Amino acid sequence: MKTICLYFEIHQIIHLKRYRFFEIGADHYYYDDYANEQGINEVAEKSYIPALRTLIEMVKNSDGGFKVALSISGVALEQLEIHAPAVIELLHELNATGGCEFICEPYSHGLSSLANEDCFREEVLAMRKKIKDYFGQEPKVFRNSSLIYDNEIGGLVAGMGFKGVLVEGAKHVLGWKSPHYVYHCVENPNLKLLMRDFKLSDDISLRFANSEWSEYPLFADKYIDWIASLPDNEQVINLFMELSALGIAQPLSSNILEFLKALPVCAHQRGITFSTPTEIISKLKSVDMMDVTYPMSWSDEERDISPWLGNALQREAFNKLYSVAERVHLCDDRRIKQDWFYLQASDNFHFMTTKDTGVGINRGIYDSPYDAFTNYMNILGDFIGRVNALYPVDMDNEELGSLLTTIKNQGEELVQLTNEVNKLQAKLKQAEQKVKESSTDDKPVKAAPKKAATTKKVAKKTDN
Amino acid sequence: MKVLMFGWEFPPHILGGLGTASYGLTKGLSQQPDMEITFCIPKPWGDEDQSFLKIIGMNSVPIVWRDVQWDYVKSRVGNYMDPQLYYNLRDHIYADFSYMHTNDLGCLEFSGRYPDNLHEEINNYSIVAGVVARQQEFDIIHSHDWLTYPAGIHAKQISGKPLVIHVHATDFDRSRGNVNPTVYSIEKNGMDYADCIMCVSELTRQTVIHKYYQDPRKVFTVHNAVSPLAKDIQEIVPRKNPKEKIVTFLGRITMQKGPEYFVEAAAMVLKRAQNVRFVMAGSGDMMEAMIRLAAERDIADRFHFPGFMKGRQVYEVLKASDVYIMPSVSEPFGISPLEAMQCSVPTIISKQSGCAEILSKCIKIDYWDIHAMADAIHAICTYPSLYEYLRDEGKKEVDGIVWEKVGVKVRTLYDQVLRNYGK
Repeated sequence: MKTICLYFEIHQIIHLKRYRFFEIGADHYYYDDYANEQGINEVAEKSYIPALRTLIEMVKNSDGGFKVALSISGVALEQLEIHAPAVIELLHELNATGGCEFICEPYSHGLSSLANEDCFREEVLAMRKKIKDYFGQEPKVFRNSSLIYDNEIGGLVAGMGFKGVLVEGAKHVLGWKSPHYVYHCVENPNLKLLMRDFKLSDDISLRFANSEWSEYPLFADKYIDWIASLPDNEQVINLFMELSALGIAQPLSSNILEFLKALPVCAHQRGITFSTPTEIISKLKSVDMMDVTYPMSWSDEERDISPWLGNALQREAFNKLYSVAERVHLCDDRRIKQDWFYLQASDNFHFMTTKDTGVGINRGIYDSPYDAFTNYMNILGDFIGRVNALYPVDMDNEELGSLLTTIKNQGEELVQLTNEVNKLQAKLKQAEQKVKESSTDDKPVKAAPKKAATTKKVAKKTDN
Repeated sequence: MKVLMFGWEFPPHILGGLGTASYGLTKGLSQQPDMEITFCIPKPWGDEDQSFLKIIGMNSVPIVWRDVQWDYVKSRVGNYMDPQLYYNLRDHIYADFSYMHTNDLGCLEFSGRYPDNLHEEINNYSIVAGVVARQQEFDIIHSHDWLTYPAGIHAKQISGKPLVIHVHATDFDRSRGNVNPTVYSIEKNGMDYADCIMCVSELTRQTVIHKYYQDPRKVFTVHNAVSPLAKDIQEIVPRKNPKEKIVTFLGRITMQKGPEYFVEAAAMVLKRAQNVRFVMAGSGDMMEAMIRLAAERDIADRFHFPGFMKGRQVYEVLKASDVYIMPSVSEPFGISPLEAMQCSVPTIISKQSGCAEILSKCIKIDYWDIHAMADAIHAICTYPSLYEYLRDEGKKEVDGIVWEKVGVKVRTLYDQVLRNYGK
């Protein structure tokens, strides 16, 4: 029996503002509040809200037959909290239906998985906690930013207790294999991989409204027919895309939501079900391991990391950023941690791409890759300055780490000792109390001579 | 196909970008197998490269009949012209110009520069063109820049052959809008008579269409290219101080080139960075004002004016630079950034320059945006990957911009003009 795994991602970058080099060291606020508010509201209004409403309706009308998976980057969640809380309410509503699984991703939507293990772990755990706090679900499946994956990342993720990862069904990795099976990671066989069917996913997210496409217009029955006509033993069809595909990439006027609504009905007629990633992972066995030596992603024709690290500019920015990763990891300055998340977002690197993909790139406020690079590096200059100001620069990270641990340990010891002191003092008080209590009987006796003394004084006075 | 070209400058004796462009274009065009080019210039020096075209010096074309000996003619013009051509041309004198001031060969003298009596020279050039057009055989006429438009029109009227004009600049670029009416009328007249107008950039094309009221169907963009560097120039070893960065501006210091924006941006950069030097090479009517401005901004110790440079010196300065900048307010094309990129120098150009249309491996800014300009200078001087990327990719990009491709484009336009001519 075939099953469809439908998954949407929610991510919006925090836009950086125009930051000239003369501001380095003087201005520590890097964000374009207007662009952020305007951007997130536009996406929420045009895409997230109508799309989530549709998904809720679909789950409610399907009697548990329709299921969907979602993931949200931490930075997007923060922006939604501030500017578009309506989206969060809808997410809660969708969560309450029980037909939605939340998947974990790195908090920043950044490339830390390629740079620094500790930072990567830190932000994944932060995201996992945030999802738990928000939706009460403990995510068991992980997806990396832009589905970046290789064996090493697989091993790392398995080590954090995840059972599955969503990855791209890239041709150069799959070869003759089909993406419609469950595979597992080379480094840890317990970690299962769900491979995205890029053809069927892109039919919806990339081509749906394109009137020049040979399959235009696409209807749900035709689409489900394609899936039904796949060989019988190919059982998992993974459709992964950004939620903004519904409404932004493909405008609502193309009736993409009507198409989506019709999918469960058509699927039901042909005996195709919907499943969440966790269900698939627990029900199906892996057919083979998947060896991914070089990182792959769901972007561009090459499906590699070249959209973010393809040229020397991107690599310099990336290396500069992660050169302070350990320091940031060691510190506990809240503003620095927050900037760290915002600056890592992979979009910042994508703005600097010089690749000619034939598809126009929205570079935001920048009009060229050089402009994007200059602005980012200026901000990074300021940020690194702040990080370096936290602790002496000439000190080894290891040395610093051990010192910080010592300080931390001493701090804990101090707390312990103060506790002990408090305890002892309390005991002492008690003891004194006891002593007092035991001597209460003598009190009047004690008081009497005093009185006598005063009277004596008075007597003396009167004598004078 | 035979082309009769009218130009004003030809290397090695050049005064501006026109000569370089004329040379490159004719060289590129000559790569076409059946192309024969005759290039008329006011005053040849004898050391021009005639391997791929024939040069006619307008100062050696008789307009008044003089009885002179072969040997005498040979001794006078032999170093750049076949004496026989003199006699052939003499047979085509078409009117009595004996009232004009001619020399012992019956020729008019030309300075070959841009003298005060420029309009007289333009007129003389056109008179001589009448003789040339009667004697030469050609299929098409090609006039470079407004100085030679009257000659082109004259030749067209005599021969009945189509006229192509090449707009290297318009008076709107040179004057920031305060056009000289005489120049404008010569330009407009040339365009009106032309069967095809080639502009060096889309920017110029739009000016030609909107300010000279030309039919867009006959106005085409033919971007310039750049000739490969000569070997001796490639071998110049750059003299660089690793501790200092040099930012160079090279060109006439005039209103059109936007020098004041460069000084202002330099002042901003120097507020933060101490290891940068700025060079403004060239001369022009705004030079003194710029020296004063640099002093006012208190950056004169880091801002240098080495004066006018030519030939090899230009490349020595370029090679020693870390950044090249051209903040032109209005530049029809601007070949110098391409030359800087050939020397592997990262380049910043204004969006108001024609060459911005074909370059992508350089930083483009608005000429008035001194903040962006300062930021770009600072970034190239500070971030090695940006410097290296622009250095290497810029060189690769500019190496692909060759005159040969321009030649093919011009040829296609010629064919098109000839096909439609008279229909």
